[in-house]
Amino acid sequence: MSEAIAPFSGYINGSTAPPSFVVELTEFSGPLDLLLTLIREEQVDIYDIPIARVAEQFLLRIRTLQLNEAAEYLEMAARLLRIKAQMLLPRGDGEEQWDDPRAELVRRLLEYQQMREVVDVLERAGEERRSRFARAYIPLAAAPPEAPLALSLSELLAAVDRILRTTKDPSVHDVISRSVDVPGAITLIRSILALRVRALWTDLVAREAEPWQVLSTLLGLLEMAKLGECRVNQPRPFANVEITSDAASEAA
Amino acid sequence: MTPLAKLLEAALFASARPIPTEELAALDGEASKAAIAAALDEVREHYDVDGHGVELVEIGGGWQILTRAEYTEAIERAQLASRPARLSAAALETLALIAYRQPLGRAEIEEIRGVSVGSVLKSLHERGLIDVVGRGEGMGRPLHYGTTPIFLEYFALRHLEELPRSDELAVALRAEPRPL
Repeated sequence: MSEAIAPFSGYINGSTAPPSFVVELTEFSGPLDLLLTLIREEQVDIYDIPIARVAEQFLLRIRTLQLNEAAEYLEMAARLLRIKAQMLLPRGDGEEQWDDPRAELVRRLLEYQQMREVVDVLERAGEERRSRFARAYIPLAAAPPEAPLALSLSELLAAVDRILRTTKDPSVHDVISRSVDVPGAITLIRSILALRVRALWTDLVAREAEPWQVLSTLLGLLEMAKLGECRVNQPRPFANVEITSDAASEAA
Repeated sequence: MTPLAKLLEAALFASARPIPTEELAALDGEASKAAIAAALDEVREHYDVDGHGVELVEIGGGWQILTRAEYTEAIERAQLASRPARLSAAALETLALIAYRQPLGRAEIEEIRGVSVGSVLKSLHERGLIDVVGRGEGMGRPLHYGTTPIFLEYFALRHLEELPRSDELAVALRAEPRPL
């Protein structure tokens, strides 16, 4: 009962220190289980337990099992030693009413043993059921919840970079603001009309004129027509526009 | 099979749990108790006589279609289904006591087992094998535990009476110790 029983022998290589805790007492499910095992091993009558011998064995066993930490085993050890002491007390010869100090322990052991029998029944039944499968209802897996966004700055920048690479090169151009010059255009039109009574749109606007110059001339022309300085005439749609000096027509 | 037997078979196939007879009867309001019993017999015979990989078993207070034991290893090897984990000795001892003496409180269990059972009770409760069935008298009105239908199902029992009676056990529990 030495090497084979020590549950953690060889647990840590080269270390002789006993483990400081016992996770699972695989061999015994409690002090009563251990006690019952000892009684069976020693082949003694459960109703007439040689308490001194059993107590000694019990102590020896919990030492080898390294169960010192388990309070329940220590409590049982103390109980056994107390019963042992009570058994040593001299009893009067004539006394009929001697209360056996072992009686309570015997009752508990019997109770425990009966429970073990039921455990055997349950174990067999459970093993029987474990060997068959029922139809398993598998509920549809719920959609996993969205994980919160965890992103570093460099990851974010890399993502932006990826998006920019996939899109077409953006056409970048400079916008130069040129304000239209309506007063300048009016001055120009006046000077032309001063020389000639009648002018055509094509005379006012040079062929290679930029849009802002065209726009300035148009706005200036409309302004002069509003002021009554000239008349604007277009014989038919899309035809050349004739500009006549109002002063000239009055004079004519 | 009769239409009623087919209906019961379909319901038993659809359910993941054993179905009690009363619930099977609710499937057809006009069917008598005897008709349900006859239809269940018909389903069971259908599986037994024709030779099927499954069988109809009375279990856990109801009826359930289960695979036959001989195919368990192959099914498990193929990882199509896995057997539930075995209960520890501590769990079995605690369950045995509750099954026989329910309703039973923690203190009584600890007295008989000689160890503390708090964590065992918790895990048994989590597995649905036991439940709180009431409170005892006295200090703090301790919780009393009892077994559940899942307990019966786990141990393939029809009802608690299927467990051996106390006086059938080799060691009679309440028997007076022999005079010393």
